[in-house]
Amino acid sequence: MEGALEFIYINREMIFIVILSIFLGVEVISNVPAVLHTPLMSGANAIHGVVLVGAIIVMGHAEATLTMVLGFLAVVLGTLNVVGGFVVTDRMLEMFKKKQKKK
Amino acid sequence: MDKVIEISETIKFSIGGSILEISYIIASVLFIFGLKMLSHPETARRGNIWAAVGMGIAVVATILFHKMAGEPIGNIGYIIGAIVLGTVIGWIIAVKVQMTAMPQLVSFFNGMGGASAALIALMEFPHVEQELIAQYGMANGNVLVILLGLMIGSVSFAGSMVAFGKLDGRIGDIKSTALRVINIILLVLLIGFIVYIMSSGATDPRELMPALYVMLAVALIYGVLFVMPIGGADMPVVISLLNSFTGIAAAMGGFLYNNQAMLTGGILVGSAGTILTILMCHAMNRSLFNVIVGAFGKAAAGAGDERGAIREVSLSDAAVLLNYSQRVVIIPGYGLAVAQAQHLAHELDKMLTESGVDVKYAIHPVAGRMPGHMNVLLAEADVPYDKLVEMEDINPDMPNTDVAVVIGANDVVNPAAEEDPSSPIYGMPIVKAHEAKNIIVMKRGMGKGYAAIENNLFYADKTRMLFGNAKESLQKLIEEIKTL
Repeated sequence: MEGALEFIYINREMIFIVILSIFLGVEVISNVPAVLHTPLMSGANAIHGVVLVGAIIVMGHAEATLTMVLGFLAVVLGTLNVVGGFVVTDRMLEMFKKKQKKK
Repeated sequence: MDKVIEISETIKFSIGGSILEISYIIASVLFIFGLKMLSHPETARRGNIWAAVGMGIAVVATILFHKMAGEPIGNIGYIIGAIVLGTVIGWIIAVKVQMTAMPQLVSFFNGMGGASAALIALMEFPHVEQELIAQYGMANGNVLVILLGLMIGSVSFAGSMVAFGKLDGRIGDIKSTALRVINIILLVLLIGFIVYIMSSGATDPRELMPALYVMLAVALIYGVLFVMPIGGADMPVVISLLNSFTGIAAAMGGFLYNNQAMLTGGILVGSAGTILTILMCHAMNRSLFNVIVGAFGKAAAGAGDERGAIREVSLSDAAVLLNYSQRVVIIPGYGLAVAQAQHLAHELDKMLTESGVDVKYAIHPVAGRMPGHMNVLLAEADVPYDKLVEMEDINPDMPNTDVAVVIGANDVVNPAAEEDPSSPIYGMPIVKAHEAKNIIVMKRGMGKGYAAIENNLFYADKTRMLFGNAKESLQKLIEEIKTL
């Protein structure tokens, strides 16, 4: 019990951030037209690629061969998520742009 | 009563450290703005780029300024190599893939993120700070976020891969009640592992590695079995759900490293993704619970009561009918996308327009494989924006429409959604094709749609069927119209 309370105390700022971010996420997304569901999902998909930052940190402090290999893999996969996600989203949105020009 | 616990929080200021934190703040703000802009059509593309810039800043700042226990990031050569490799592969895949395959691609990239989060957890577990363990044993916050990251990341990875396989047509649906029971058991087992690991008296996390590997395996199996029974039409919802899972897994990493960029990015996607998932369910008039349990397809098709006969139409008749109409509405569905027939649909539309026919497209919000997918596909085929009419706007005009051409769509034009309260899709908004004066349905065969229910539209007196692959049928139809 004490451990849990202490954990909350030490991480109070993080918990604040989490709670505010949850509301922010809900707020930002509401009222999105159905047409944009797919690109929005894809864009959000790219943003959680921020896990790449964690992968870089692990890899940056890896020493054993196994950790090096896994870390390398984590960075590659994280980058795939980021780059693939943003490029695909851009490709989808490009289509929307094109048709708006012709309007 | 109030015992004071000393917590040493030394703050070491360094220029690099504060540049890092500032970069993370900028990145977080860019993520938020990016996401906000992504939800408006005019700003969407810029929003995506802003978010990407934020990501770039976070990554570069981490490589340059991150320090852990005073140590800067090492292995820089390998890190940059891995980033270059990931960029090249990701870019090539993203640019080469057909627009129709977009949904599975999003699923694939999502899985990669999940796998990355799981790998981080796997590597960090043996390195949990000794001080923490000395003070609290294994039941400390770091162990919890690592275990959650491992579990959620692997479920997301395995689930996304199955979703990818399903959308790509490589994996079929498995529906059984036994599976549901197994899934619940697996979920309980996973929570059991977390409790077991955290309550064990181990002093060195390495002793628990075997348990961790078993837990990883269980999580992967759960991810596979979780998506397995869910029908193909519900995949977008599942991908959106898995997307928010990966967000949460990334946020766990943020907790572990005290990293604000990972935390805000992850949680933002987690909560936005959850809302998006619910919105998608609304668009299909289903509840999230319904999707996960897989209520579609279970309802047996209503008794085959008085149905008319199927009437086929010859190509020449169809051509004449279309060419001498005043108003034609094309209703595209996934069949059109699968057959890659969007360009031919546009060609047909151009020919008819030249001979004075007013041609419009009726876009159902969930036509295709994802909400908005059909707009993207038709835009790719250069169909002018003003010809794409949303379902609500075109429905009042349907009775004045001479011919409704249904191409590879089924459930989205099924009148049962309006007429038959016992139908599983009852209440779902539809394009009112049945109100048009004539209906031509292009379809591969008499197979059912994804909801696996009969469609009375096909048996109506004013409906004519044109069987065959959408692309071939359209091709032949265009040839016919040319000869008129």
